[in-house]
Amino acid sequence: MATEHIVVNCTINGENTTFLANERDSLLEALRDRIGLTGAKEGCNNGNCGACCVNMDGRIVNSCLVMAAECEGTEIGTVEGLASGDQLSPLQNAFLEQAALQCGICTPGFLVAAEALLEQNPDPSEHEIRYWLAGNLCRCTGYDKIVKAVQQAAGQSVV
Amino acid sequence: MVTAQSQPQSKETEQYNVIGTRPIRHDGVDKVTGAAQYGADINLPGMLAGRVLRSPHAHARIVSIDTSKAEALEGVLAVITNADFPRASDEVIDTGEGTAQLNWVLDNVIASDKVLYKGHAVAAVAATDHHIAEDAVELIEVEYELLTPVLDVRDAMVDGSPLLHDGLHTGEMDGSKSDNASNTASHLQFTKGDLDSGFADADVVIEREFETSMAHQGYIEPHNGTAYYRADGTLDVWTSTQGAFVVRDSVAPLLQLSPSQVKVTPMEIGGGFGGKIPVYLEPLAGLLSQKTGRPVKLTMNREEVLLATGPTSGTYMRVRMGAKRDGTITAADVHLAFEAGAYPGSPVGAGAMCALAPYDIPNQRIDGYDVVVNKPKTAAYRAPGAPQSEFATESVLNELAEELGLDPLEMRLQNACEEGAQRADGFTYGIIGNVECLQAAQESPHWQSELQGPNRGRGIAQGFWFNIGFESSAYAQVNGDGSVPLVLGSTDIGGTRASIAMQLAETLGISAEDVHPHVVDTNSVGYTQVTGGSRTTFAGGWAAYECAMDIRRQMEERAAQIWECDASDVSYGDDAIIRGPADEDGNDQQFTFKALAAQLVTSGGHIVGRADVNKTSSGPAFATHIVDVEVDPDTGKVDVLRYTAVQDAGTAIHPAYVEGQMQGGVAQGVGMALNEEYYYDDSGDLKNASLLDYRMPTALDLPMIDSIIVEVPNPGHPYGVRGVGEVPIIPPAPAVRAAIANAIGVHMNELPMSPRAILDATVLGGD
Repeated sequence: MATEHIVVNCTINGENTTFLANERDSLLEALRDRIGLTGAKEGCNNGNCGACCVNMDGRIVNSCLVMAAECEGTEIGTVEGLASGDQLSPLQNAFLEQAALQCGICTPGFLVAAEALLEQNPDPSEHEIRYWLAGNLCRCTGYDKIVKAVQQAAGQSVV
Repeated sequence: MVTAQSQPQSKETEQYNVIGTRPIRHDGVDKVTGAAQYGADINLPGMLAGRVLRSPHAHARIVSIDTSKAEALEGVLAVITNADFPRASDEVIDTGEGTAQLNWVLDNVIASDKVLYKGHAVAAVAATDHHIAEDAVELIEVEYELLTPVLDVRDAMVDGSPLLHDGLHTGEMDGSKSDNASNTASHLQFTKGDLDSGFADADVVIEREFETSMAHQGYIEPHNGTAYYRADGTLDVWTSTQGAFVVRDSVAPLLQLSPSQVKVTPMEIGGGFGGKIPVYLEPLAGLLSQKTGRPVKLTMNREEVLLATGPTSGTYMRVRMGAKRDGTITAADVHLAFEAGAYPGSPVGAGAMCALAPYDIPNQRIDGYDVVVNKPKTAAYRAPGAPQSEFATESVLNELAEELGLDPLEMRLQNACEEGAQRADGFTYGIIGNVECLQAAQESPHWQSELQGPNRGRGIAQGFWFNIGFESSAYAQVNGDGSVPLVLGSTDIGGTRASIAMQLAETLGISAEDVHPHVVDTNSVGYTQVTGGSRTTFAGGWAAYECAMDIRRQMEERAAQIWECDASDVSYGDDAIIRGPADEDGNDQQFTFKALAAQLVTSGGHIVGRADVNKTSSGPAFATHIVDVEVDPDTGKVDVLRYTAVQDAGTAIHPAYVEGQMQGGVAQGVGMALNEEYYYDDSGDLKNASLLDYRMPTALDLPMIDSIIVEVPNPGHPYGVRGVGEVPIIPPAPAVRAAIANAIGVHMNELPMSPRAILDATVLGGD
């Protein structure tokens, strides 16, 4: 059962990247197993939990549902690209200050998704935050502190 | 590192410098940058990928397994079945929040003569790539002889039911066993007072039957396990587990290794809630590594997680409760039948002890049955057993209040356990915050507000959980700059590095940021029980306290040595100033913590504090929840409009993470109440084994969850800690049930109260 390998050229977190993908690899598998970026997590492998969220050409995608071979020429952003050196983004800081994570496994997906929300809608309502993040499952927090962290990062006052 | 918010400390924690503040958790930055290494993130040189073949049947005899085609596939290095494991005895081993026979542990890890649930592991392969491993399991040929599945707890208990285990007999509390083999593994009973006279004293008696579905812990990280068996006979295991020592003490006997040959490194864990206490993949990875001599990593996909790991028990329950017209509860009779899954060990015991725990009821009988069925072996799930049993009892109590025309909160206050009250299982409460929670709920803006609008209703419920201590370990050394690395054995599932480090910092009088907590492997710290049962901040904090006291004592001795005085003349103050007697010139002698730390190396060497504790005391915790819902009469969908959770934390070490536990527990409880169920067909096939169809709450399904922390310090802990994780999952289901009844006048007697169930009850006129 010979497998084909495919050369893929793309940009990951601003860096030109070339990798060799197994033809059956999803983008998530390529990121984790071929490139060594394990920030995106596998929670369900069928697009229902959002733990593998990455930004692809400005859109949020579940990387488990994207084939690695489709990524030729794309720009991909992962959780590893959110901070600059040891300078965390305002959203990352807000997650820490609001205690918006417990186990942390869903956190990379939430951060990538919420960064994209704030880019498109810098002053979202609570409902807009909840609607946007409904594709990301968190089992620990009950979402309360995640929503508040996004509100804080948006510069809103948080009760 | 900075303290997150300038929120004031509570009245109870004002006396402390660190406890009651909200520092940024020590592992936080790694977890918002993607740097934290979870179990599946490990990648070792030469590592192989494993894959498990699972049974498509719920109950079948394995006639034969032919692995030859899989073994012949290029890239496959090993294929194993149960027959490749050493024979396991029926010795009973500690499995974290319980015990189990070793042979049952092995048979659940990989089936022997029979498969007992759909998804039961049958064989495992190791290959050079996970795609090859996936192909290889498809090439394994298994011949099954189908048997009739037993899927309902009541059916399983009937004489003549097909048996899962020929040798299983019902065990009684006195140690006797039934003559005939049975699916009922055990029966327990707790009694108090005289049930008949209690019911005779009642003016109103209500009896209800309840059914609840199995529900899954739903951690977002699937199970994983990586093992590397070295030529010297030692086995390294890396895994996401709530208890590294439990993994060690399960894997070692299954592979007939000494515990000293097995080192388990707990990776960061992506949620557990009790479900990551048992071993599933670790023994398979260990044996595959023994066969291949290479590291082997196994991970589950979500379907495997739902089919073959941890749910909590589905149940059939019956509760009869009587009260006088003034609201005094006179008697309660509780019958609990819990599905254990394929092997004995449901949480019915804890469920039975919790069932009536918030109330001082003079006459009680609680019967519990642990029953095997052809479903996955249940695992602990947040307050194991209590969400079910207390759903039943709280629901009947709410109906009694309704029937008597009493305020359900007042009726709870009237019957609430206080210090000195004794449960039916014999436990007598010390100082508890049961009444204080009810009072705080009563005074809350939520309870004081008025709810308006059609199809809207409000409900309330109480909850109880034990929070026990047991073994924990803490080692800490003092560095020259005054920083203190702290070594722990407790998996940090939701902020316990911080909550334990804060107790060490408080005791030493230094800042939380000067303590650097690390979770280490089983060879690098003393025995530590699982992160579970809400014990980690309680017992781990106690270990940290004693570890800090050990450091204080040694620093007093060192100061005495420097000052050439008697150690008894030196005292380490809570302000972290070490004071000695006046010197020859009559001047006060003192060191700050940091000043003495800087002199340790030159004055005799480093100081290492250590403590290994085994605390059998507990910190009973109570919670009161209030919920407002709106029911859509056309679809049966229930929206949660407002939620307030009140809980006694004893002392809230890190209030933000206490709130987080409360809010997370509510979310899981609401999921259990409204949506989450195991939907089996008659053949035992789970029809909703995905996160699309196993419907957990999303951000859009919940409102903000107001959390009110009550602090009635636990006198059985140096800082008054009670555990906080478990109890908040208990009240949501009965509170939501009461709110639905308040909204549309229908009492739901099954969980989940899904749109389908509500339409069945309303349109079809149930109840």
